[in-house]
Amino acid sequence: MLENIDFTLVNWSRGQFALTAMFHWLFVPLTLGLSYIMAYMETMYVKTGDPEWKRITKFWMKLFGINFAIGVATGIILEFEFGTNWSNYSWFVGDIFGAPLAIEGIMAFFLESTFIAVMFFGWDKVSKRFHLLSTWLTALGASLSAIWILVANAWMQNPVGTFFNPETARNEMTNFWDVFLSETAVNKFVHTITSGFVLAAIFVIGVSSWYLLKHREQLLAKRSIVIASVFGLLSSLVLIWSGDSSAKEIVKTQPMKLAAMEALYEGQSGAPLVAFGILRGADKELTADSQADFLFKIEIPSMLSWLAYGDGESFVAGIKDLILGNEEKGILSYKEKIKRGYEAQQALIALKEAIKEDPDGQEANALKAKFRDPVFIKNNVQYFGYGNYYDPDPEKLEKNAFMMVPPISMTFYAFHIMVILGGLFLLLFVVFLYLIMKNQLHTQRWLLWAGVWSIPLVYIASQAGWIVAEVGRQPWVIQDLMPTMKAVTQIDVGSVMTTFILFAITFIGLFIAEIRIMLKQIKVGPQKKEDINHV
Amino acid sequence: MFESLSHLALQQYWWVIISVLGGALVFLMFVQGGQTLIYQTGKTPEERTLLINALGRKWEFTFTTLVTFGGAFFASFPLFYSTSFGGAYWAWMILLFAFILQAVSYEFRNRKGNVFGARTYETFLFINGLIGSFLLGIVVASFFTGSSFTISEMNEMQWESPLRGIELLFNVHNLTLGLALFFLARTLGLLYFRNTIDDKNIAVRIQKQLWYNAIPFLILFLIFVIWLLLREGYAVNPENGNIYLQPYKYFYNLIEMPLVLILFLAAVVLVILGIAKTLFKNSSSGIWYTGPGTFLAVFSLFLIAGFNNTAFYPSKVDIQSSLTIMNASSSHFTLTVMSYVSLLVPFVAAYIWYTWRAINKKKLTKDELSSGEAHFY
Repeated sequence: MLENIDFTLVNWSRGQFALTAMFHWLFVPLTLGLSYIMAYMETMYVKTGDPEWKRITKFWMKLFGINFAIGVATGIILEFEFGTNWSNYSWFVGDIFGAPLAIEGIMAFFLESTFIAVMFFGWDKVSKRFHLLSTWLTALGASLSAIWILVANAWMQNPVGTFFNPETARNEMTNFWDVFLSETAVNKFVHTITSGFVLAAIFVIGVSSWYLLKHREQLLAKRSIVIASVFGLLSSLVLIWSGDSSAKEIVKTQPMKLAAMEALYEGQSGAPLVAFGILRGADKELTADSQADFLFKIEIPSMLSWLAYGDGESFVAGIKDLILGNEEKGILSYKEKIKRGYEAQQALIALKEAIKEDPDGQEANALKAKFRDPVFIKNNVQYFGYGNYYDPDPEKLEKNAFMMVPPISMTFYAFHIMVILGGLFLLLFVVFLYLIMKNQLHTQRWLLWAGVWSIPLVYIASQAGWIVAEVGRQPWVIQDLMPTMKAVTQIDVGSVMTTFILFAITFIGLFIAEIRIMLKQIKVGPQKKEDINHV
Repeated sequence: MFESLSHLALQQYWWVIISVLGGALVFLMFVQGGQTLIYQTGKTPEERTLLINALGRKWEFTFTTLVTFGGAFFASFPLFYSTSFGGAYWAWMILLFAFILQAVSYEFRNRKGNVFGARTYETFLFINGLIGSFLLGIVVASFFTGSSFTISEMNEMQWESPLRGIELLFNVHNLTLGLALFFLARTLGLLYFRNTIDDKNIAVRIQKQLWYNAIPFLILFLIFVIWLLLREGYAVNPENGNIYLQPYKYFYNLIEMPLVLILFLAAVVLVILGIAKTLFKNSSSGIWYTGPGTFLAVFSLFLIAGFNNTAFYPSKVDIQSSLTIMNASSSHFTLTVMSYVSLLVPFVAAYIWYTWRAINKKKLTKDELSSGEAHFY
């Protein structure tokens, strides 16, 4: 059956979406965090009346504006790409996925775009307090938009609050609150938004450190570092906490992702956590004989079990347990899931045939009833997507089951890079805060350089987080219900290649311009003091 | 409240919302129109900055409305979303590229180190203005002229034309509306400039340009409307959902929905009044007539495309695959949830109105450009 799939098309479509999403994610996190930092600075200005605070606020606002525009530009592509490149997906889940996107538009984007105009153009047109309110509302708008898109994304990772309607051949929402408040949605939102806060805090610290190194804008730099360190430290703590609860939730909803994150081939009780390791041959074709092969690793005993279940002795399923099944631990094999999903798909085809004969005939009604039967839903419909990997030839079926694994080394490295860097940033915030409070930071030049160099590192960590979430869940576009290969729009691959190349060229051009403008703006620095005073 | 409404009532309610967003979007296209006129109305770099600044504080509304229009379509009529976006791939992709270029151009244009120079970003704005309005017109026209697709029993779309949306450009009626929308956007852009900027030289040029744009718009729009009223349309049998061709369908839609007819006629009067006031009385308030007129005209066009048992996205190759507000919509539950969210719309409109007034209290002049407080593009 997989012979009918054009994997070149699937891969180019995936590549295009990854390109756009990762490029988008270069700019959005800074917007999410910097908006709050600016809002706090402006609050200080309104409270104290000190024009230096206004100067500081306006400086960061300028950088925010440059960054914001490019985030907006790439955001619209993502929304449209669901339709242009993933049209089967758009229908299959539009009933659920579309709603958060529309709410995002109505609730968040208008808030953001209305008050951002006041923020930039309103300094001498509206009252100080109204301007301050606008800055806070811009920040709130950015966070609200993050909520809705992450609710949509979380639903793809853990499709809850929905049922499969065979008559329309799609998933339909049954409970909005289940979708909105699912454990996955809450974790995803908290983890992602705080990662944006940390990124922005590092950005502010990095730029301010550069000013201190150059003996320029001392007051701006010091005030900014104090605010960013506190903001970053608090955010880091929440980030780590939400990362921990994400792991506990992933082990239930996406156990394969967790196994790939740790390159855990064989499940075990008291599973150790690989704190750091270099993998060998993880990208070879997976078989029943494959083993984890580390060139080098540092392990923390029982830590993975503890991370996943809050108990060091618990059993954590490995990649092969999930594929081959583990009766003792109650894990169904992929082969079995494929067969069950295939049955559900066959029942759907039979229903469509029966409807053609007689929409209200006995057979059609019996099949409709089957799709409402809780036992059939539990045993078959919930594995619907697995059915696409069915093959009557048992050997091919076995081979297909081993295909249903995310790229292991990519997921493993991305996860470890993210976690290690996240830990370093926490340390950085503590040290910066301590030294700035002691007024000793400016003497520690190596540390200031570390602050500057943390900027590229925090972007790497942020991108790595996206890879863990999105690459780690492959081959699913909707967990267990729809594989990526079935979601794609049927179009000639040349068209997708062309748009991919066009996007790549555009993005590279915009990226170069953005970086140069940012660097120039930082080099020029804030407005001169005498300009700021005439209000 | 919304739970008790029938599925059909919710579908109609959401089609009204889509129509409102469509109307608002075309009205806000004054930003796109204005972008194509920067060089005709601004002769010095300072004047051009003034014009771009006038548009710069509004472009995000157009952009946001477009995004919300897309999101609302996705949520309420997902089959349209998957069929049109996936099918007319190139039409939407080109439109998208035009909007990527726009978003960065305002912010980057005047910045030091922008690599490509101010002129490049101004060209990007022109491209966005041209393509944004023209292609949107083409796609909207296909709501009446139809496209080449089939929908399988699993609701999977198959697009028959290998040109994936480019073929829409080869239909003269689509082109008529595309060009009409382009000239309309320019007309609205001029009226917006006239209203926002206080500068004598610019006002004189606006007056001249208005002749060159408003007249072609009125002629093209008239041609489109006459053709629309005379053509056959895609009607739906409400009993069994079967779709068939009916002569003068859109004309009947107007007659059978008198409220829409009144709205449409009022729209035409308002559009012409705004243009005439500016042309003959040198008034700066033209946008307040032509703007709402545009909104109402597009709103009523959407209503006659989707209401009164009409297929709003017809298929030319398999008429039964055509999309109607009944067969393309979300479930009753989702539409109900979304309807509660739609109650936010008046609130959103109110704060937009309030902040626009706050920002636009003073007209833009060249003096502002030298003010230390101004954020300018």
